[in-house]
Amino acid sequence: MSSDDEDFMSDTLSDDEYDNDSMGMLGETADESEYEEENDQFLEDTKFDKPQKKAYEVDFRALSANDVKSEQDKQINEVSSILGRSSEQCAILLRHFKWQKERLIEIYMDGPEQVLEESGLGQDYNISPRLEKVAGFECGICCDDEPGLDTYSMKCDHRYCASCYRQYLESKIKEEGEAARIQCPSEGCARIVDSKTIKLLVSSDAWYRYEELLNRTYVDDKQNLRWCPAPECEYAVDCPIRQNELHKVVPTVVCNCSHRFCFGCGLHDHQPCPCSLVKKWLKKCEDDSETANWISAHTKECPKCVSTIEKNGGCNHMTCRKCKHEFCWVCMGPWNEHGTSWYNCNRYEEKSGSEARDNQAKSRASLERYLHYYNRYANHDHSAKLDKDLYSKTEKKMTMLQSTSGMSWIEVQYLNQASAVLQECRQTLKWTYAFAFYLERNNNTYIFEDNQKDLEMAVEQLSELFEKPPDQLAQSKKEMMDKTAYVKSRRGILLEDTAVGLKNERWSFTVDV
Amino acid sequence: MSGSALKRITREFAEISANPLEGVVIFPIDADMFKWNIELTGPKDSPYEGGRFRLNLTLPETYPFKPPVLSFATKIYHPNVSNDDKGSMCLGILRSDAWKPSCKIVAVLEMARGLLLEPNPEDAVENSIAMEYKNNRANFDRIAREWTRSYAK
Repeated sequence: MSSDDEDFMSDTLSDDEYDNDSMGMLGETADESEYEEENDQFLEDTKFDKPQKKAYEVDFRALSANDVKSEQDKQINEVSSILGRSSEQCAILLRHFKWQKERLIEIYMDGPEQVLEESGLGQDYNISPRLEKVAGFECGICCDDEPGLDTYSMKCDHRYCASCYRQYLESKIKEEGEAARIQCPSEGCARIVDSKTIKLLVSSDAWYRYEELLNRTYVDDKQNLRWCPAPECEYAVDCPIRQNELHKVVPTVVCNCSHRFCFGCGLHDHQPCPCSLVKKWLKKCEDDSETANWISAHTKECPKCVSTIEKNGGCNHMTCRKCKHEFCWVCMGPWNEHGTSWYNCNRYEEKSGSEARDNQAKSRASLERYLHYYNRYANHDHSAKLDKDLYSKTEKKMTMLQSTSGMSWIEVQYLNQASAVLQECRQTLKWTYAFAFYLERNNNTYIFEDNQKDLEMAVEQLSELFEKPPDQLAQSKKEMMDKTAYVKSRRGILLEDTAVGLKNERWSFTVDV
Repeated sequence: MSGSALKRITREFAEISANPLEGVVIFPIDADMFKWNIELTGPKDSPYEGGRFRLNLTLPETYPFKPPVLSFATKIYHPNVSNDDKGSMCLGILRSDAWKPSCKIVAVLEMARGLLLEPNPEDAVENSIAMEYKNNRANFDRIAREWTRSYAK
């Protein structure tokens, strides 16, 4: 225990320094070089490294809509200079290849004609598109044959009147949200409508939407990009973690809008629980939780086929509706052993009955095990949902504190920090219970559970401090700041341990991850 | 936009009346050009043989930029027709992402008639019927024939 404590002490120290950087009270401009210098005195060997990344942290970067656009343009230009084709064409090619640049170039080099054909570009593409008037023309869409009608066709020569072409494109863009894969309006023609054509034909708002949609498909196509799922947020996040690594890492990222989410699945931050377990857990909760409590209290399982049975009459002579097994509700033994002595079951010690009760107990135990984890998960979930309340309460307390204690705005910021840390930790705690539910019991489990217990206790203590009235709150500033740092470090310890375990595949789970 | 739609629909109606499809009857339209009543006869050598199936074809106001909506008014045992009071179909060119404005109603009707001859279990609305069709054809045929006798007279 004592060595544990020492570890923890040294961890808190370095953590504190790190915190002051990332949560800087005076804004985010903490000087990195200063930080490195400070650290260098203690950590000689990391002199040339960046601040060391924790095992539960991943590299990521948030991108604005403009960043996404310029990233696309960069790649388009690169491919354009290699293949010697216009940027419009290269954009179509890249989109067709889902932005796998190397694959496109390789296949293109093998046979350009086929690639161009498949991605909807024929040959001779260099002429700017324009409207034409064609004598004796009748539009195949609206059947209009008025002379002097503006018409348009791409290289595929499927000609329609400009107004039908426009309406077709606008309905695809605005109503169906399509962009990169809009085909020629002619049936059976797979030619993709290029951006020059779109620009020539559609209104400016449809063009704007088209560009927006192109950005979207870029992010959707690229494995290393994901839209921030927060409502109305326009940022995307770039993170190198691949789908096939998700059993080894839980990639939590933070968008510029401050939304914390999992890059792997897009759900809220669910560290330390891997995505696949989260999915299973949520599914299980959806299926079971509402009814599990009730089932536990009111039903038993048929000793033969394990169907769940509710007793809805007074008689203890039960017949399973599914397998027709007859048994006694009281001792769970087969009914035929009861002879005529029904109602008063005195056969409690009968072997068959006690076996059946054992099975019953086993199945009960698994349900109770689930409920144990579920209740704790749900409790933290509930607390996490009160986050918003807590936050607004904190703000009120901060203003109250300023007026009652004469503290300045900056001096009360510690409350804000404490509230943020509390929210983060509740979120983590919640998912530790889903994690624990699927964890196979072994020596590692004890370490995990200790970490979980320590974090939980610390969180509750911090939470309690929050409940104090404003006048007492001022006096406990030091205590609260210490507690906040402690809670934060406990969370770091737990996440570090679970993340390292995942990476090294030290955990064994009861299901496939 | 319904002005241009009307012109196109009128044209298509005239074309199809001049060259009727085999096994497809189009009833005269009263007032609303956007609602067509159709009768399909069950093709020979299919379990629907001898049946007469009423269908409703509804054209959207934005026709031909949006596909027609086709539904069976007569109950039918078929993997591609929803087994409810709507009898709706949603496959191939009837889906708005596959529909092109140059497609014509005649193609939709040909597809519907083709599906009576050869259902498409890979794109089914009724999965259990599709399973039956794939795994137990004799039973599928039997039920389809029975339904045809009972409902599609």
